[in-house]
Amino acid sequence: MIPAAFDYEVAESVDHAISLLGEHGDDAKLLAGGHSLIPMMRYRLATPSVLVDVGRLDDLRYIRTGNGTVSIGALTRHSELEHSAALAEACPMLASVAALVGDPAVRHRGTLGGTIAHADPASDLPAAVLALGGTIVAQGPGGSREIAATDFFTGYFESVLADDEMITEVRVPAGSGGWNYQKFNRRAQDWAIVGVAVAGGGAGVSLVNMGSTPVRASGVEAAVAGGASAAEAAAVAADGLDPPDDLNADAEYRSHLARVLTERALNAAGVA
Amino acid sequence: MTITEEAPGHVGSRRLRKEDPALLTGEAKFIDDLALPGAIWVGVVRSTEAHANIVGIDGAAALAIDGVNEVLSGEDLAPLWGEGALPCAWPVTPDMKNPTHLPVARGTAKYVGDAVAVVLADSRYAAADGAAAVVVDYEPLPAVVEITDAVADGAPLVHADLDSNECYTWGLWGDNAPAVDAAFAEAAHVVSERYLQQRLIPAPMEPRGCAAVPSPAGGELTLYSATQIPHILKVMTAVVLGIGENKLRVVAPSVGGGFGCKLNVYAEEILCSALAMQRGAPVRWTEGRAEAAVSTIQGRGQVQHIELAADADGKVTAVRVKLLADMGAYLQLVTPGVPLLGGFLYHGCYDIGLYMFECTSVFTNRTPTDAYRGAGRPEATYAIERAMDSLAVSVGVSPEEIRARNFIGADAFPYESAAGLVFDSGDYQTVLDKAVALADVDGRRAEQAQRRASGSSKRIGVGFSSYVEMCGLAPSRVLASLDYGAGGWEAATVRISPTCKVQVVTGSTPHGQGHETCWSMIVADKLGVDPDDVEVLHSDTAVSPTGLDTYGSRSLAVGGTAVYMATEKVIDKARAIAAHQLEASEDDLEFSGGVFSVRGTPEAEVPLAGIAFAAFTAHDLPDGMEPNLEAHVTYDPPNFTFPNGTHIATVEVDTDTGDVDLIDYVAVDDCGVQINPLIVEGQVHGGILQGAAQALYEDAVYNSDGQLVSANLGDYLVPSAAEAPRFRLDSHATPSPTNPMGVKGVGEAGTIAAAPAVINAVVDALRDLGVTDVDMPASPQTVWRAIADAQGGAS
Ligand SMILES: Cc1cc2nc3c(=O)[nH]c(=O)nc-3n(C[C@H](O)[C@H](O)[C@H](O)COP(=O)(O)OP(=O)(O)OC[C@H]3O[C@@H](n4cnc5c(N)ncnc54)[C@H](O)[C@@H]3O)c2cc1C
Repeated sequence: MIPAAFDYEVAESVDHAISLLGEHGDDAKLLAGGHSLIPMMRYRLATPSVLVDVGRLDDLRYIRTGNGTVSIGALTRHSELEHSAALAEACPMLASVAALVGDPAVRHRGTLGGTIAHADPASDLPAAVLALGGTIVAQGPGGSREIAATDFFTGYFESVLADDEMITEVRVPAGSGGWNYQKFNRRAQDWAIVGVAVAGGGAGVSLVNMGSTPVRASGVEAAVAGGASAAEAAAVAADGLDPPDDLNADAEYRSHLARVLTERALNAAGVA
Repeated sequence: MTITEEAPGHVGSRRLRKEDPALLTGEAKFIDDLALPGAIWVGVVRSTEAHANIVGIDGAAALAIDGVNEVLSGEDLAPLWGEGALPCAWPVTPDMKNPTHLPVARGTAKYVGDAVAVVLADSRYAAADGAAAVVVDYEPLPAVVEITDAVADGAPLVHADLDSNECYTWGLWGDNAPAVDAAFAEAAHVVSERYLQQRLIPAPMEPRGCAAVPSPAGGELTLYSATQIPHILKVMTAVVLGIGENKLRVVAPSVGGGFGCKLNVYAEEILCSALAMQRGAPVRWTEGRAEAAVSTIQGRGQVQHIELAADADGKVTAVRVKLLADMGAYLQLVTPGVPLLGGFLYHGCYDIGLYMFECTSVFTNRTPTDAYRGAGRPEATYAIERAMDSLAVSVGVSPEEIRARNFIGADAFPYESAAGLVFDSGDYQTVLDKAVALADVDGRRAEQAQRRASGSSKRIGVGFSSYVEMCGLAPSRVLASLDYGAGGWEAATVRISPTCKVQVVTGSTPHGQGHETCWSMIVADKLGVDPDDVEVLHSDTAVSPTGLDTYGSRSLAVGGTAVYMATEKVIDKARAIAAHQLEASEDDLEFSGGVFSVRGTPEAEVPLAGIAFAAFTAHDLPDGMEPNLEAHVTYDPPNFTFPNGTHIATVEVDTDTGDVDLIDYVAVDDCGVQINPLIVEGQVHGGILQGAAQALYEDAVYNSDGQLVSANLGDYLVPSAAEAPRFRLDSHATPSPTNPMGVKGVGEAGTIAAAPAVINAVVDALRDLGVTDVDMPASPQTVWRAIADAQGGAS
């Protein structure tokens, strides 16, 4: 549980962080809340030789609403999402999902940018951003770009983000529509064994821990759009997916859970 | 002045623990807090193979790391222990096999986690880096992983020099076999069940650690260790390493829990001690959390087969039990004895005349097992309490009725059990009745019926567990009959200082329980002093040289009794001095509220404080009396104590997902007289959650290669407060006649009772769906699949 040796740099600004990343190459890693990276380092599953700490970039801690969009700075803590009155108003789903991440200690450290960049298919907020049709703003040496959440995640802990890019902001459309989030786990502080996020009354449905990335359940979305009942739509929730096998759940049980939870989420989101 | 008022009694009150301020403010010092400048840090290289020949150890990369000074193999270290090996103190049969267990393996690694080399470094970080950089060349051998694999035909051998994987077979049957066979032949109902006790990882809040510090002048050694047993560790370390006991001191600093896993003599303790003597420098090691999962003993690990024979009314006539128990790769301190501690109790709290128990223990290529909270008794309780529910179904009566028909009667005590124990006291039916009322069993059953009728997917289940356990380990002569390598007594010294403050030295070794508070309360009441004026010293063999430490819920019944008796002895001496001062006969003196007075002569009195000072100055003591108020007692209990109780769990099972929610938990326990109900409740709460953890969450899962898959606390699910049920507790005290305070012990009761209560509740919730058994832990997937199987295949 002792990490390998590493060097530590404090980034003074986003540009500074990006230049440090460029300087140290792919041995460097950004450190935000540290609640995914440091556990992996303690197990020596990650052995970056340089940590670039962006945790003090307080100008990236904000929640702004306007023009039908909610813009959230990458360093915003889960607890800030959870307790923001503005977010509760503009995008209640995100606030409510944030409240289900880990335990209070985790939520006070973990950041929205960190959890998106980490691209863990078992994480809650990436799936919520995906169901909401969000956008990820990333900055690299050549400037800033916007990436649709649907294009962002590419595999287990992998995304389209380049080694020298940093997420600066996450945007979601204001108003969650009919929404619900179902998180199924065994202990209160654990990741979801399976989770289901429904936004826009079933227009956006995504699944947690049902594959190598957070996934849109496009079959369910299409069924709802076509007027199917919640039960009918939920029946196809696991179709075409290749869910993981682990100690908590094998693929068969996960697929079953995806169907049960999707029906519950659709019902709660107002789909009959 | 007359003394009419009794001092207010502390015993029985919910006094806050005097230990807590230091613990809660971080003032308490644990092993890793010790500042030892210049210490050599040990990093242990652990086998990544379950079974393999060690072909080569390459330390070059490790030695290239700044701060790493040496890499030593088992061969290099062998001279440190010579003929010595890690001890097993419990050879349960004369032909028990006990393979030589070296602190660091030579030649062959026998389990994932087995120490195969060590790194010596300047810091803990360098030690960790060094250990990670050592390259071990393994030649894998076939591994024996599951218990049943160990006894399979043609099974590979864990120890090539032994002719099988069987460690021993131990039985309790006398000449019972024909009578038991006859009982089964005549039985109206026969229950035959097979249960699995999964392996558990103890996971105390603080992992292990130790530091061996040679005296500056040389020749003497102090071993600090996060241990439950400094006294036993001292004897064993002295014997293993051939150090004079007079040259060795063992200290347990604040210890963050143990649950049995620190009741041991571990490789690292021997290693650090031997190296410190050799190098003349402090040598220390702190266990990592992930390391602890494989390097500290695990608990449970049994395959149980239990059969009940009963007459038409459900009165059980015979119990027959066969166990297969997993020792792991080696025998640790009391590994082989753990199944035996349960072996006396598979008939539970029932009056059953015919009893047969047999246990075959086997070696596997896994971390050694040993005592874990309850040690044998949770397993026994699980088997009998699950089987009693099966019998209730077979007979067609409720779980409470089958228990009522079989309980040992309140008038039957002292009760000689078929296994040969004498149960001290109890009123099992009254305890059960209290629990049934408190749990509102009738109301729950009505709700259960209503939910079933409405086709709800949220089923209600009510599960019972009535238990009796044996604690207060133990009468030394009984231990002798079980071939245990030590006695079961406990020692205490009570001293009263010149200013009438009290010093208690106990041989018990608290590691979270609250002994300082309880011992103070006992002594304060007897002496009429304030509990805050009593200090309790422990856990350091230089201060408390005599003791047998804390495990098996023995501290209060044995160690607390020793304290009680030593206090009485001090009072006897004080009485003699008081009689001398008051010129009265000792027989005419009363002692109450800290004052001696002459019966019928109210003015003639002297406070304890006065006597304490007189004993100190020794100016005017009775002829021949030694100065000072001090007494020592070593108490060997005449019998075990037998706490008992009934626990009732209520669960809600979501049949769509298999999720089990423990919605209510009632426990009525008889732990005899309670010294401090607050501490009793704390023990019961934690114990229940630890038992419920086995029922619902925890499982040390190994894959077929012998790799521990649930090796971290993300995968090994220790429940937190959020998972705890609502605890509703009551008690019913039948004082134990075994000791003067009437106490029994409560450290393990919750864990012993809880698992069968929870699983019986889950099965009760699902019985109408055809479910008759659910393996532990009853994870959502396991429950969902049990429902699907009972309904004729997965959905
Ligand atoms: C006990 C525990 C329980 C948890 N439970 C849950 C749970 O239930 N649900 C859940 O979803 N999560 C859970 N988490 C994870 C938690 O939400 C993490 O905080 C989050 O996943 C990562 O955020 P972070 O800021 O801590 O990222 P870090 O750990 O600092 O970084 C994670 C990765 O993202 C990269 N990174 C960080 N910020 C940026 C950025 N702005 N741009 C580009 N790359 C970046 C880092 O380089 C690193 O590779 C849990 C964590 C713990 C320790």
